[in-house]
Amino acid sequence: MTTVTESAVEAQVEDLTPKTSFWKAAIKMARNQPVGVAGLGVVFLMVFAAIFAPYLTSYDPVINQYEFILTPPGAEFFLGTDQFGRDIFTRILYGARTALFVGFTAATVGAVGGLVLGVASAYFGGMFDLIFQRIMDVFMAFPLIILALAVVATLGSGTENVINAITIPFIPQCARVVRSNALAIREIPYVDAARALGFGHARIILRHMVPNVMAPFLILFTAFVGQAILLEASLSYLGMGVQEPTPAWGLMLQGGAEEYAESAPWVAIWPGVAISLAVFGFNLFGDAMRDTLDPKLRSR
Amino acid sequence: MSKYIIQRVLLMIPTLIGAGILVFFLMRMIPGDICELRLAGTGLAVDQEQIDICRENLGLNRALPVQFIDFMIGFVTFDLGDSMWTGKPITEEIGLRFQLSLQVAIMATIVATVIAIPLGAISAIKQDTWLDYAVRIFSIAGIAIPSFWLGIMIILGLLIITQQVTGIPWMPPIEYKAIWVDPMHNLSQLIWPAVATGYRYSAVATRMTRSALLEVLREDYIRTARAKGLVEKIVINRHALKNSMLPVVTIIGIEFAFLIGGLVVTEQVFNLNGIGKLFVDSVSNHDYTMVQALVMLVVMSFVIVNFIIDLCYAWLDPRIRYS
Amino acid sequence: MLKLTGRLALAAAVGLGLAAGAGSVKAETPKRGGTLSFVVASDLPSFDGHRETTFGVVHPLAPFYSLLIRVNPANPGDPTDFECDLCVGGIPTPENDGKKYTFNLRKGVTFHDGTPLTSADVKATYEKIINPPEGIPSARKSYYRMVDSISTPDDHTIVFDLKFASASFIPAMANPFNFIYSKKDLDEHGLNWHTQNVNGSGPFKFVQYQPGAFVEGVRNDNFYMEGRPYLDGYRSIIAPKMAVRLQAIRGDRAAIEFRGFPPKARDDLVKALGDKVTVQESDWNCNLLVTPNTKRPAIDDVRVRQALTLGVDRWGGSNYLSQIAIVKTVGGVVFPNHPLAATKEELHKLKGYYPDIEKSRAEAKALLADAGKSDLKIDFSNRGVDQPYKVVGTWLVDQWRKIGVDAAQRVQPSGPFYDTLRKTRDHDVSIDFNCQAVIDPVADITKFLPSSGSNFTGFEHPGLETIYKQIEKEGDPAKLRALIRDYEHLVLDETASSMITLWWYKINVHRSYVKGWKVAPSHYLAQQLDPVWLDK
Repeated sequence: MTTVTESAVEAQVEDLTPKTSFWKAAIKMARNQPVGVAGLGVVFLMVFAAIFAPYLTSYDPVINQYEFILTPPGAEFFLGTDQFGRDIFTRILYGARTALFVGFTAATVGAVGGLVLGVASAYFGGMFDLIFQRIMDVFMAFPLIILALAVVATLGSGTENVINAITIPFIPQCARVVRSNALAIREIPYVDAARALGFGHARIILRHMVPNVMAPFLILFTAFVGQAILLEASLSYLGMGVQEPTPAWGLMLQGGAEEYAESAPWVAIWPGVAISLAVFGFNLFGDAMRDTLDPKLRSR
Repeated sequence: MSKYIIQRVLLMIPTLIGAGILVFFLMRMIPGDICELRLAGTGLAVDQEQIDICRENLGLNRALPVQFIDFMIGFVTFDLGDSMWTGKPITEEIGLRFQLSLQVAIMATIVATVIAIPLGAISAIKQDTWLDYAVRIFSIAGIAIPSFWLGIMIILGLLIITQQVTGIPWMPPIEYKAIWVDPMHNLSQLIWPAVATGYRYSAVATRMTRSALLEVLREDYIRTARAKGLVEKIVINRHALKNSMLPVVTIIGIEFAFLIGGLVVTEQVFNLNGIGKLFVDSVSNHDYTMVQALVMLVVMSFVIVNFIIDLCYAWLDPRIRYS
Repeated sequence: MLKLTGRLALAAAVGLGLAAGAGSVKAETPKRGGTLSFVVASDLPSFDGHRETTFGVVHPLAPFYSLLIRVNPANPGDPTDFECDLCVGGIPTPENDGKKYTFNLRKGVTFHDGTPLTSADVKATYEKIINPPEGIPSARKSYYRMVDSISTPDDHTIVFDLKFASASFIPAMANPFNFIYSKKDLDEHGLNWHTQNVNGSGPFKFVQYQPGAFVEGVRNDNFYMEGRPYLDGYRSIIAPKMAVRLQAIRGDRAAIEFRGFPPKARDDLVKALGDKVTVQESDWNCNLLVTPNTKRPAIDDVRVRQALTLGVDRWGGSNYLSQIAIVKTVGGVVFPNHPLAATKEELHKLKGYYPDIEKSRAEAKALLADAGKSDLKIDFSNRGVDQPYKVVGTWLVDQWRKIGVDAAQRVQPSGPFYDTLRKTRDHDVSIDFNCQAVIDPVADITKFLPSSGSNFTGFEHPGLETIYKQIEKEGDPAKLRALIRDYEHLVLDETASSMITLWWYKINVHRSYVKGWKVAPSHYLAQQLDPVWLDK
């Protein structure tokens, strides 16, 4: 008997949740948001560069070629070489791997962690919520770059620790947004109804609350990827990020790039262009997605 | 209302204590300490005895809880103590740099506001035209371009262009002079970092202006005003823009509090002796007392700015108080 | 006595060869006036030279103080050319079998506050350095192990009695950190007063210090050297980033930087500014080492250590790396070109210094195979400072890859880096460096002595200790040289317990209007600025 009631309630609940399917939304977005599609194009280009890097260049990103130190751009080296004689174009291609790896790992862990904690906090409420909110307050009040600097100083530099450093401040940011959205859902009577029917916490959270906070979650996730790439670059520039000889855009701007900027500007220009373009792509796409998913801001 | 204020003030206490705990233990988890760094930092032979003396002098030999309580008492009584690295009073060290960072922050805010409000307004009014797209691309680029890279490009551009034009390369001064001492020197040094950080800042504000204005433009009273046949310019200036300023001012306020942290990287590029550089230096010097004081100040200013914003909202919209 | 003189004479003979770096400067009449702006890479932790170790203290503060004796600023390239600063009548010759030195002091010298300077001040200063009371740090206390007692027969005479004769005594006395303090200040304000305050007797007087920004000094009109200083004052501007320091010289925001620039930066500046800048170059009494952690598995095997040193192409690196880093000279344990240093032919026989790198790499691979470590992976700890650490680190990783060794570079800021090197010790190999002020080969090579306290290899070797004891006591130049060759072979080749990558090379590019400053083989030396003047 219970199964019938259960599905009845769920059917009712489903009526309340937004019905737009993923594909419908995607098509709509493509039609209404040409700029967003351009952003997606940049993202795809970056993924393509990362995957096919070895086929797009004949050079190695880490082997030093001392006979070609700081060669200007030309037929042999498309974007010139750096102070170790490494081809800059090649390092930018391979650098996309580092950027995407750091960006997606940090954004995924940060956003999912924030999602779980935010929904749980909203759902359970009470003491848990109160204490949790205070902890989030502490992390929110710490400026992102300062927290990241302190974490890297503590854990040491290197790709894994950079990801840790970037992820930690993401969690509370996401948790806060998800929580406020989830709180609104929680107030809707069907959650109480579901609870009255004796549904487990996990089921209610996963089937009813999580899908309803997916829109802000996805918007945040895209924003995080861009932010993570930018933060990674900043940390590497400060010498506390990814380390040589790993190809990484921020690292390419550090040290020699700046010192020799006047006689070898290509070393300082191209990695910066790569960072800007990548973050630009993710932001354009994220913006378009927000406009599509967030009805409040949708066009008249 | 007063109950709400008291409640909000009380909620600030755990945040500050939490931040204190976090920074205290985070700093002590970093391997090595200030004494080793100072004495062994140049790779010479060092007696352990000398390191012990240094630790004793700085109070690093005391038990951690004792050090923590000491730090908290100092914070509550506004006695920040001395920097472990220079031995000078922390208030003196911070005061000196705060002047510079505050000026850059204010200048960046001016740059941002001057760019953001007209651009955001144009973008909203001309929604979905090529002008709107151009503004949006310009503002998204502001968020995408790393401000340190923009800074490098600015310096590089200045050096190269002045060399081409005048034959003598010019770069901004590297020493800070207060604006009332030498205004030309001061501005020619600080305008560049203000532009580099202000651009990014303006991007955030432009987007907020655009979306706030769009929302207001959809409201009934604007439609009414339009229906009454009022000139579009008056509708925008007198009604729409004014009413959409609250979220814009809010975002400018919040970003301002974060600007101090955002200056960390830019100050490195321009060799500015500000709060951000002090923070980086203090972390690498293991100057616990200084880092603790700086973090507490940043957290406190953030908490206070938020508190003021919340108060404004609560005052404007009583429903907020009860949610 | 005989031994000592022999050694000093020998060193003096070398000096000429070294001074070449200073270039030829025509005698010009110095002009008075002007303010010199210079950039310094490091902030100053405190004002007390006795307790600090960074050049960030020497560059801004040395001009405020006098030393008892100093390296001759007109000829700083010569490791034995010392001159009197506060003393008169030249550097004293030792008495009592090299165990007693008597210095006569200048008369009429005053501190900046007007207090006359007497032998009591010099004694109080050296007592603070050599025998600090409990709780007072003294960074170079161990340099003065030979000093037994200090006495002041009268106001202008000071006598150092030594426990044993040592050729390291005079170089140690010329150490640029040994600022002479006033006894009155030490008595009245305590031994920590000088961390925050300045009262010296040097050519310039302290005006102000803005933390993190600059130090300002103004001419001391009562300075004891006739006509000096020439400058009205100076500003020492703190600029931690190399790019900013380069741009400062280029945009004439600063006239000079005293540490050193990479060669590529020199070329860029010369290209942009032509004869508006002058270049001075010198070998540098610093070298970058690879310090193996000999307690770690694999690295405890001498064959693996030998392979690691064999895999590094020093001669090739000297060509390539010297375009982009502040390192250049290939050398053994002793400052290159010093008569006690190995010649090129001698170096060629050592592992890692073969003229043929292919032969060297083949031998390295064979040794690794023999040790069963053909696919060796090592943890390589490096310091988060760009020049020259990270540049050389990246080069080393590339070099080791060529013999099949996969080195993962772990870069940490200075604090955690030294903690790893000294305490945690979870690294396989680490960058390390040996950087000394006054050139004194016998003292400088203690870095390679396992028991020396600055050696982080974790290695033990009684043979090395024995040879070093002989070196300390040997006075005959030829025998000394032979002993040092044995020591060098043992350290770099037979045990491969330390590996020298390259010696640093000091390049100072400055505005041509800066005159009277000569490059020294160390960035600590000859920084009192009294001979410096501006040709504007």
